[in-house]
Amino acid sequence: MTDATLPTPSGPLTTADGRPLKAALAASLAVRRRRALMLVAPLFLFILISFIVPIGQMLFKSIYNDGFSKNAPALVQWFDEHPKGSEIDESAYAALRSDLILMREQKTAGEAGTRINYDISGTRSLFTGAARKAEKLEPPYKEAFIALDKDWGNPNVWRALRSAANPFTIDFYLAANDMTRDETGAITAVPKDQQVYKKLMGRTLMLSIEITALCLLLGFPIAHLLATLPMRKAMLLMIFVLLPFWTSLLVRTTSWMVLLQSQGVLNDVFVWLGVIGEDGRIQMIYNEMGTIIAMTHILLPFTILPLYSVMKTIPPSYVRAARSLGATSWTAFRRVYLPQTLPGVGAGGLLVFILAMGYYITPALVGGADGQMISNMIAFHMQKSLNWSLAAALAAQLLVVVLIFFWIYDKLVGIDKMKLG
Amino acid sequence: MKKLLVLSTALVATGFAAQAQELNVVSWGGAYTVSQVEAYHKPFTEMTGIKINSIDADNPAAPVKAQAEAGNVSIDLADVELSDAIKMCDEGLLAEIDPSILPPAPDGTPATEDFVPGAIQDCAVANIVWATVIAYDKTKVGDTPPTTVGDFFDTAKYPGKRGLLKSAKRTMELALYADGVAPEEIYDVLGTDEGVKRALAKLDTIKGDIVWWEAGAQPPQLLADGEVVMTNGYNGRFFAAEVAEGKPFGTVWDGSYMDYDLWVIPKDAPHKEDAMKFLAFSTDTQRLADQAKWISYGPARKSSNALVGLYQDGKTEMAPYMPTNPANMMSPIWTDPTFWADHDTELNEKFNAWLAS
Amino acid sequence: MALPVYASPLEKLWHYAYLVLCALIFVFLIAPIIIIIPLSFNAEPYFTFTDKMLTFDPEGYSLRWYDKLITFGMAEPDAPRNMAFWLDFWHNATWMQVAKNSVIIGVCATVLSAGLGTVAALGLTRPEMPFRKQITAVLISPMIVPIIISATGMFFFYSGKWVPNVGPDGFEWGRLAGTYAGIILAHAALGIPFVIITVTATLSGFDQSLVRAAASLGANPRTAFFRVVMPLIMPGVISGGLFAFVTSFDEVVAVLFIADHTQQTIPRQMWNGIREQISPAILAVATLLVLLSISMLTVLELLRRRSERLRGMTPS
Repeated sequence: MTDATLPTPSGPLTTADGRPLKAALAASLAVRRRRALMLVAPLFLFILISFIVPIGQMLFKSIYNDGFSKNAPALVQWFDEHPKGSEIDESAYAALRSDLILMREQKTAGEAGTRINYDISGTRSLFTGAARKAEKLEPPYKEAFIALDKDWGNPNVWRALRSAANPFTIDFYLAANDMTRDETGAITAVPKDQQVYKKLMGRTLMLSIEITALCLLLGFPIAHLLATLPMRKAMLLMIFVLLPFWTSLLVRTTSWMVLLQSQGVLNDVFVWLGVIGEDGRIQMIYNEMGTIIAMTHILLPFTILPLYSVMKTIPPSYVRAARSLGATSWTAFRRVYLPQTLPGVGAGGLLVFILAMGYYITPALVGGADGQMISNMIAFHMQKSLNWSLAAALAAQLLVVVLIFFWIYDKLVGIDKMKLG
Repeated sequence: MKKLLVLSTALVATGFAAQAQELNVVSWGGAYTVSQVEAYHKPFTEMTGIKINSIDADNPAAPVKAQAEAGNVSIDLADVELSDAIKMCDEGLLAEIDPSILPPAPDGTPATEDFVPGAIQDCAVANIVWATVIAYDKTKVGDTPPTTVGDFFDTAKYPGKRGLLKSAKRTMELALYADGVAPEEIYDVLGTDEGVKRALAKLDTIKGDIVWWEAGAQPPQLLADGEVVMTNGYNGRFFAAEVAEGKPFGTVWDGSYMDYDLWVIPKDAPHKEDAMKFLAFSTDTQRLADQAKWISYGPARKSSNALVGLYQDGKTEMAPYMPTNPANMMSPIWTDPTFWADHDTELNEKFNAWLAS
Repeated sequence: MALPVYASPLEKLWHYAYLVLCALIFVFLIAPIIIIIPLSFNAEPYFTFTDKMLTFDPEGYSLRWYDKLITFGMAEPDAPRNMAFWLDFWHNATWMQVAKNSVIIGVCATVLSAGLGTVAALGLTRPEMPFRKQITAVLISPMIVPIIISATGMFFFYSGKWVPNVGPDGFEWGRLAGTYAGIILAHAALGIPFVIITVTATLSGFDQSLVRAAASLGANPRTAFFRVVMPLIMPGVISGGLFAFVTSFDEVVAVLFIADHTQQTIPRQMWNGIREQISPAILAVATLLVLLSISMLTVLELLRRRSERLRGMTPS
């Protein structure tokens, strides 16, 4: 690099055509930068539009739900005009009536009721029931509604209505953390027998840690063996690692179902060996154990490969030197070899942990009840209960955890160092 | 980029073009879908030339609702449970059905009188009455086969794993019934906190022995594979395994959970008119009776019952397998659709929390 | 890995224990994949070895599950096996249809992701590339983001009507959900990280002086790229493309959410089969897929050797 700022007797350095060298270099750098960006741009835009934006749009549902607000214009207006703490008077009930009549016409009572039902269970039929009768109600509406169902006088219901009148809400994040609001709007924990999401998130973390630990434990000796064997033998054994890596996830999950079933191959072998009796067949699948075994198998190559590539670079002479200086083989391993493998342990472990956190297919197929992970709950709310806002809130929390570990991975390993196969 | 757009347009267009003379029908899969294909789809295609794409789902209501809310409806017709039919109708997701399109019975009785009570809804028409029952493996229960729901919960008397549907609905009712609640009081009890605790406490007694299932085809499979010795499941699926495949299954009719399956048409179904035609065709007296030749579900028309005789193998009498047979209706639990429309969120949360603990 | 001569008896014992441990782990890795192959020839509908199979009685083995695989979904499954039968198979057999879909979707998604990915990798590895780390992070994110989140996000997005489309009734706005294009775009996005990773790895080992040498010999940048750079990075592109293809070929969650019944793929059909009833027919499919992955692995290994030879290293 020529130092263009160096003052010279004849003024700044110039190029052949008389431009200052500094400017010319900067211009040429800018051109090259633009060219590099142009090469990346199509793919970047593609990922942005077909991947990042859709996820953002989905996560938006976690803070935005207009199921009630768009169907109850009169109530929304009433809540706008009457600040929090105002008495729920006759005018509010009149607004309620006019909204219910509208909902009856447009068949949206179910939709509005569902939104309130997320907040207070059992209120959905309050809407569908009242919408059917709203037209016939006579003033005073307050008494008429309470006569219809005493829940219409419940301050907690009105608190929920006010909160749902604003489509922007953090309530789904509360729900995703086993929290709710009481009558005053203060945040409280949901009853113990209804708490599920925090526990599930904890279990997802726990399972991922266990699976990562198992993968490292099993992957370490294999990687070490492969790295120290002569090349030809190592390449032959490498097939045993790469074949599972390249085999379909569903095939591997199916195999584990076949092996682990109580009438499956493994139990048959145990019975044949006399380890267990015919009645003592072990339940190894459709529970947490099934999830752990199958996922460890599926993710194991992801630890072996980075460990192997790090161990390849460790010269065997270091350990030999330690031994010749009097270290026992254990000391030499612990003090000399192990520390040098840490980058591989970090890379493999973090990658497996990140992938494990988001697993869906394998737990769904072999996890039974207690081997389910947070992804399965997201799928449940996406496909079955159709509480999309809650699913989005759970997804957002999972995504944050995964991205934190992706960031740590980048800091420790560097994303540009990621390698496959 | 331009080429890409043309390509995508071409692909999207083929997607549309392929939908011309077709109906997309979602149902529950397995032996049940087979019975519908044989009794409804094949004759309908023969008569009209309209091709029917049969799609399987764990619960067809889920994709209908998901498609409607995402504004992307490709389903023309779905087979759903009563509570889901009512719920989705309330939410304005379904097309209303004019009962006058339904053909009368052969003797001229109008459809509205011929169908069993509750089978014709604003947006749905029932085709079958079905039951969730308990089935067991005859070879694994000794000489005194189980006869009551109590036996299902008695792992001392009948050791072995139990299969149960992974859902609050049906499972909670079964537990309360086993705990001694009369069928007609179940929903009153389940509506209270104590009732929910009571149901879960009953389930706790066998929790360690439960293998959970989700799709209707799984319970006969679990039973056949020896994964469980007893499981609940849809009575027609057990029938198919027992009669068609010769599996050594027996059925406990005590505490059977009764429900309708109904045809619904999404409001924005792409081929609504054809779907209506199909709905009217498939729920006529003969078609409903034909379906019962393939699977042991009760036809939703009274006039069909007389036409139900033998299974399609030509020798098996259907009556002993029908959930609507008085001999089998010892203490049926009839589903309460409004209860579930209201409480499914809360009860599923409690149920999931219990599962996870 | 030979033991040093100075090893103590204890070390020797430990060494052999270690070898046994490694052998067990290899068994854990490979046994589940191998075990399904003989089981797919089971004459009985069980998932375990029958006595007849264990005594190698030919009666214990049969091709019935492969037969079922062929005939499942056919209009006339019992017809004599003539030309008409195979035409029926080609047009109606369920597994044939899903295999066709898997190949169409896999190939299109691979071409898209390998094309865009290679061009982007060329830009990313240039020394003057600004925001390299941030951009790489975004491009790799489809591999990191949990699939359930990606699939649901794409489900909502692709359900929107924003694709210009000339349909049978003239111009209208179409959706990507439930079309081949939608699934292809989704799978392309999921495959891109693999292309980026493998191609940048190849390029980072690329000797820039080769380009300069080409230029000094009179090649213009275009010629230098196509005659010098391309042949050298081609193995990287192909193995990245293979990864992308396998990703698409094995992907089920996005298909579950985005596809409709016309775009069912092999894994989607397997998902159905596993949840409905794992009959040994599923094991027959699984066996065929294992054979496929073995051949992929072979292609990859040959590519690796070629690449090393081209760069003047001795193949190992």
